[in-house]
Amino acid sequence: MKAPPHAAWLAGSLAVAGVVAVAGVAGVPMPRGASGEGVARRSSLEPPGGHAAARSPSSASTPGEPEERPEVPPPPFTDGIFPCSQCHADMPVDRRRRPLEAMHTDIALRHDEEHRWCLDCHDAEDRDWLHLASGERVPFDESYRLCGQCHGEKLRDWRAGVHGRRKGQWNGHKQYLLCAHCHNPHEPRFKPLEPMPAPRRPSRTAP
Amino acid sequence: MDADAAAVQGPRGVTRRRFTSCAAAAAAGWILTACGPKRLREMPPNRLKQAIAELERRYAEQFGTGVRVSDAGPLPGVEFAYALDLSRCIGCRRCVYACVEENNQSRDPQVHWIRVLSMEKEKGIRFPESDPYYEPETVPEEGRFYVPVSCQQCRNAPCTKTCPTGATWVEPDGIVVIDYDWCIGCRCCMAACPYGARHFNWREPSLPRDALNPETHYLGNRPRPRGVVEKCTFCIQRVRAGRYPACVEVCPVGARKFGNLLDPKSEIRYIIEHKRVLVLKQDLNTLPRFFYFYGT
Repeated sequence: MKAPPHAAWLAGSLAVAGVVAVAGVAGVPMPRGASGEGVARRSSLEPPGGHAAARSPSSASTPGEPEERPEVPPPPFTDGIFPCSQCHADMPVDRRRRPLEAMHTDIALRHDEEHRWCLDCHDAEDRDWLHLASGERVPFDESYRLCGQCHGEKLRDWRAGVHGRRKGQWNGHKQYLLCAHCHNPHEPRFKPLEPMPAPRRPSRTAP
Repeated sequence: MDADAAAVQGPRGVTRRRFTSCAAAAAAGWILTACGPKRLREMPPNRLKQAIAELERRYAEQFGTGVRVSDAGPLPGVEFAYALDLSRCIGCRRCVYACVEENNQSRDPQVHWIRVLSMEKEKGIRFPESDPYYEPETVPEEGRFYVPVSCQQCRNAPCTKTCPTGATWVEPDGIVVIDYDWCIGCRCCMAACPYGARHFNWREPSLPRDALNPETHYLGNRPRPRGVVEKCTFCIQRVRAGRYPACVEVCPVGARKFGNLLDPKSEIRYIIEHKRVLVLKQDLNTLPRFFYFYGT
């Protein structure tokens, strides 16, 4: 007895469907990049703010708690100026506020100069040190603690790596710069830079 | 019933036999494409190494010096993100040219992966009124701020969806990459990208020998042929080795930040948690990995 006509049709369709299904399961490359195919692995990205509790350890600022001491290159002294005690050890201390005439005339103070002068940051007794408002002495390579007295949020951001430049590895050791490496402490305002050339405008005739 | 009537025909005169045999042949042909050339990301590791060795040989011949092509894969537990401080950027374009040097971009025709847009402070971020061709004596200019734009490495990227050949895709660490050997240069991705971040090599790229950066990655900064699309890859050759992208290191004001989103102690997480963060063209739902923030 002859098989009904639609049996051949059914068998052929199932074969094609089976072939296509096997091809899909086996992961044979399909020519079209369908949506969603691009991501090789779904990542579970937590919503921002989900880890508010886990803060950078260096941003803890409880008074008295020792903070990490970031690694910094040496302070950017002018050649030969340091140690200051090579001149100042023998000089008498003059705490009167005045414009300097004998030496350091190249320094123009433009940093809250109405209210402060040299000895508000530089230690009067030992010029190789700076001092905080409390009188505590800090070395020049910890000058950020001095800057941080007024610029507290900048100091916090700097410790987290968000303010200023850092070199190194994003997943490893980083080298910071001192505030003074970018900001002249006597005249901190940045000078404008010359920009690098603009991109060429596209032309109609030639790419 | 005669023999002709027994062969029932479809609407266009196609018999069922003919239809099923053609469909089966098409399906077989489809499967056999698996035996042909493969996209780089589908190659088994040894075949990929062969392909890369061939690339290195070809580049050494072309440039007369050794070129290393890395095949470094994504690091586990890492998803990259970038943050740019709009209150700091002065529009000096040092990032643009550092990128050109690091990533072996063509000098003529000129290809820049980063484009710095100058906008008015009074009006805020407005793309139609922005000016990428500013050239004042000094920057920053009074009353203007600067928004550098490069590939945003979108989590919901329109470009990877439109690519007809699957030559561009998102890697597990979040970088959107291009297989330069599979790209056919149709530029659908360029049309799809809302940020204008993809660039095409209309002519043979010119890269002087002394300007070549020999440390390359097969999906990143290896010298590209004519007729393919290229774009920022977060300096894939650097970041998969733990270094910062070139633009981050060169920025003179420290406006650029980079890190691992999955690391709660990274500066990127700090920025997202503590600063005012925004993304460009948010309404398009591209979910970029490139955040802009105000540091002050």
